[in-house]
Amino acid sequence: MKKLIICVAALLPLVASAEAKETLTIYTYESFTADWGPGPKIKTAFEKICDCTIEWVALGDGVAVLNRLKLEGKDTKADVVLGLDTNITDEAKQLGIFGKHGADVALAKVPGGWSDDTFLPYDYGHFAVVYDTEKMKIPPKSLDELIHGDASQKIILEDPRTSTPGLGFLLWMKSIYGDKASEAWASLRPRILTTAPGWSEAYALFTKGEAPMVFSYVTSPAYHIVEEKTERYQAADFSEGHYLQVEVAGLVEASPQHSLAQKFLNFMMSPAFQNEIPTTNWMMPAGATTVALPEAFDRLVKPAKTLLYSPAEVNQNRRAWIDEWLKATGE
Amino acid sequence: MNKTYSLANKIALAGVAGAILLGVGPLFWFLIERTEANYFLFDRSLFAILLFTLKQAFLSSVISVGLGLAAARAMTRRKFWGKAFLLNLFAVPQSLPAIVAVLGFLSVFGNAGLLPGLINTYGLAGIIMVHVFFNLPLAMRLCLETLNGIAPETFRLSQQLAFSDLQLFRHVEWPVLASSLPRIFALIFLLCAASFIVVLTLGGPSATTLEVAIFQSLRMDFDVGRAFSLSVLQIALSLALIAVAGRALVHGAPRTSGIAAPRTDGRSWVARVFDCGALVVAALFVLPPMFAILVYGLPQIELSFELLKALGFSTLIGGMSAVLTVVLAWSLAKYLTPLNYVMTLSGFIVPPALLATGWFLLARNLSGSLWLAIVLVVALNSLMALPFAVAILSEGFKKMRLGHEELCAQLGLYGWNRFWRIDFPLMKTSTLQAVLLAFVFSLGDLTAVTLLGNLGLVTLPALLHQQMGHYRSQEAAGTALILAGLCFAVAALAQLMRGANDHV
Repeated sequence: MKKLIICVAALLPLVASAEAKETLTIYTYESFTADWGPGPKIKTAFEKICDCTIEWVALGDGVAVLNRLKLEGKDTKADVVLGLDTNITDEAKQLGIFGKHGADVALAKVPGGWSDDTFLPYDYGHFAVVYDTEKMKIPPKSLDELIHGDASQKIILEDPRTSTPGLGFLLWMKSIYGDKASEAWASLRPRILTTAPGWSEAYALFTKGEAPMVFSYVTSPAYHIVEEKTERYQAADFSEGHYLQVEVAGLVEASPQHSLAQKFLNFMMSPAFQNEIPTTNWMMPAGATTVALPEAFDRLVKPAKTLLYSPAEVNQNRRAWIDEWLKATGE
Repeated sequence: MNKTYSLANKIALAGVAGAILLGVGPLFWFLIERTEANYFLFDRSLFAILLFTLKQAFLSSVISVGLGLAAARAMTRRKFWGKAFLLNLFAVPQSLPAIVAVLGFLSVFGNAGLLPGLINTYGLAGIIMVHVFFNLPLAMRLCLETLNGIAPETFRLSQQLAFSDLQLFRHVEWPVLASSLPRIFALIFLLCAASFIVVLTLGGPSATTLEVAIFQSLRMDFDVGRAFSLSVLQIALSLALIAVAGRALVHGAPRTSGIAAPRTDGRSWVARVFDCGALVVAALFVLPPMFAILVYGLPQIELSFELLKALGFSTLIGGMSAVLTVVLAWSLAKYLTPLNYVMTLSGFIVPPALLATGWFLLARNLSGSLWLAIVLVVALNSLMALPFAVAILSEGFKKMRLGHEELCAQLGLYGWNRFWRIDFPLMKTSTLQAVLLAFVFSLGDLTAVTLLGNLGLVTLPALLHQQMGHYRSQEAAGTALILAGLCFAVAALAQLMRGANDHV
C-alpha cells in the first residue's frame, strides 16, 4: 500500500505540469517519444523558442495514429500529427481534417523530390535486407537473387497486415514483379523462416541468431556501428533499387493552435529538429542539418534507384495486393 | 432467486454488463453512422482461419490441462524440497509479454538455441509449446484449487475402505474435477484462441487466427464492419464453448469439519513414477524458457529512472486491477449461477481490442487525461482477469459454503457481519490466490495501454516494446527479467501472507 501511495505521489507532477502556457498537442507513435527517441530533445528545443508546451499523445505506430484520427474525426484533439508515412497519407487526406502546411516544399530533401502541400516529410529511409556477416558471406545482390537463392539461408519478414516494413516489402515485390508477384512470392516462400507481426519481433529474432537475414532499413547497420561498435550486421545492396519509406507530419485545419502548429512544422524542417533524427530515429533527415552525420552513415548502402508508389496507388490497391500475398504464402 | 442474487452480486453484474455495453454500444453506433458497412463475408479464407484457430487452441489446451492436472495431483499428495518455490515460479509466465516468452523459448529450442533442431519451432509445434508454457502453470494452479476443495475426511474414509489409487481417483477426485475441468479447459481454450503475437511470430501467414483477422480489420483496414462481423463469430464460438462448460456447474461439495487430514494415497511405485514424471514434464515445458530469460536478462539490468518509473506504473496498475477484479469476483463467484458464469467471461467473449475502441469513442472528449487512461486500463485489465479470479474463488466458496451456510442462517449472520466474521477469514487463502492471479495477469497486458495512447503511461511491458522498437532488445531482456522478478516477488508475498500451515 505504501508503495502505491509513493507511486501516486510520484506521478502527480506529471499530471499537473501543463498550465498557463499554450499547449500544442502532437499525435505521434510511441517510439518517437521514447526516452532515447527524438521526442524529448525536440520538445525541449521547440519549447525554448515557442513559449508553449508540447503534449505528446503517443500511439502504437503510424497506423494507430491514423485510426485514432478516424475515430475522432473533426473532433480530434490533435494540433499536429507526426508519424504517418506515404502509404497512408492518401487515406489521411480523405478524412478532411488536414490543412495546408504553408511551408516551402523545396525545403524537403527526399529522393524523388517533394510536392505535397498537406504533408511535410521529416525523415526517410530505404528498406533493405539486413544480413549477419558471421552467418552469410555472400549476400544476395538483387531481389531476384533473394527469391531464387539457397533455401537453407532463411529470411525473417514482417506481416504486411500488421506492420509498416511488412507492407514496404510487399510493395517492393509488387513494384518489381507486377502481375508476376504471386509467382515471385511462391518461389521466395521456402526461404522465409517466419513472418513476424512487427519489425521489433522480426529484428529481435534476427539478432538472436534465428536467421541470417531480416527485412529492415538501409540505416540499420548505422545503429550497430555507432551504438554497439560492430560491423557484423550489413545491408544488402539490391540492383533493382530499394523501396522507400517517407515519414511525414501535417497540421489539423480546425485546430485553435493553427499558427503554433505551422510554427512547429517550420521548426521541423530546421536543423534544430533535423540534427536529432539520424541518431535517435535512425532514419535519414529530410531537411537541412548543421551537424555532419556520423561517419557510419557514409558507409551505408546508397540505393542506385528509389522505388515508390504514390499514396493514391497504395490506397487503391493495398487490400487486393494483401489478399494476393495471403493466397501466395498462406495456403 | 432473491437469495441467489445478493445486492453485491447485482451491482457486480450491472457493472460488468454496463462496461460491455458501453464498449460495444458506441462502436455499433459509429458503425451505423459513418461507415458503409461491409457486413458479411463467409469466404473460404475465413473457414480456414476458423479451423486453424480451433485446432491450435484445442491441442494447446488439451496438453496444458492434461499436464496441469497431473502436476496438480502430484503437488497435492507429495512433499518435496522446493515445492513452494516451484509454485511461485509457475506464477511468472502469465505476466510475461508474448514476445518475451517466444524469445525465451527460442533461446532453448531455436536455430541458435541450446537444443537446435529438436522441435520444429516455426509452425504448429512451436505455437503449442509456447501456449503450454503460458497455460500449463495456470491450469495447474486452477486444478490445485479444485483438488484442495476436497474434504479431508474423504481421504481418511477412502483409506479405511482401502481404496486403490485408481478407485480414489474415480470416486473421490473425479467427481470434484468433473465440475471444474470443463470450465478450466474452456478458459484456457479461449486464451489460446485469442493468442496473437505467438501465433503470428511462430506461425506466419498460414497460421491466421480469428484474433489476427480482427486485429487486421480493426487496425490496418479500419474496416469496423468486418471487425464487428468477425467479433460476432468469435462471440458465438465462445458462447457455444461456455454453454458446454457451464453445464457442468454443480453446487455440491461434501460437508467437512475442515480438520486437515494428510493424504496417504499414491504410495505405490507406479504412482510415484507417475507423479514424478508429471512434475518433470511440466517443469521441462515451463522452466527452460524462464531460465533463458534469467540468463539473458541478468547482465542487462540497469536500474534507470525509466525502468523504475515503469515498475511503479506497473505495480500501480496491476494492484488497482487486482483489487477491482477480486471485488467483482467475490460477488460473482459466491453463487456461480450460469448468468454469473457467462458475465464473468465477458471480457474474454468480447475481444478486448473492440471493447477498448468503444470505450475510447465514448470518452474521447475526455481523452488526454492521464487519470482517465488509468481508469480505462484498469477496467479493461480487470475484465480480462476476472475469469481467473472467479475460477479460484468459486472453488473456495464451494468448499466453505456447505460448512457454514446453515450455521450462519441459524445465527442470523448475514451481510457485512457475515462477510467480515465468517466469509473473509475462511476465504483468505483463495482470495490471496485470486489477487495474485489478477495482478500477474494485468501486469503483462498491453492491449489497453497501446489502444488508448500512452500519455507518458509507460508500464514495464510498454517499456520493453519501446526498447525492442529501438534496436535495444538487450536492454529489453533486462526489463523482462524485472517484470518476471516483480511477479515472482508478489507470488512469494502472497504465499507468505497465507501462512505456513495452510495448504499449498
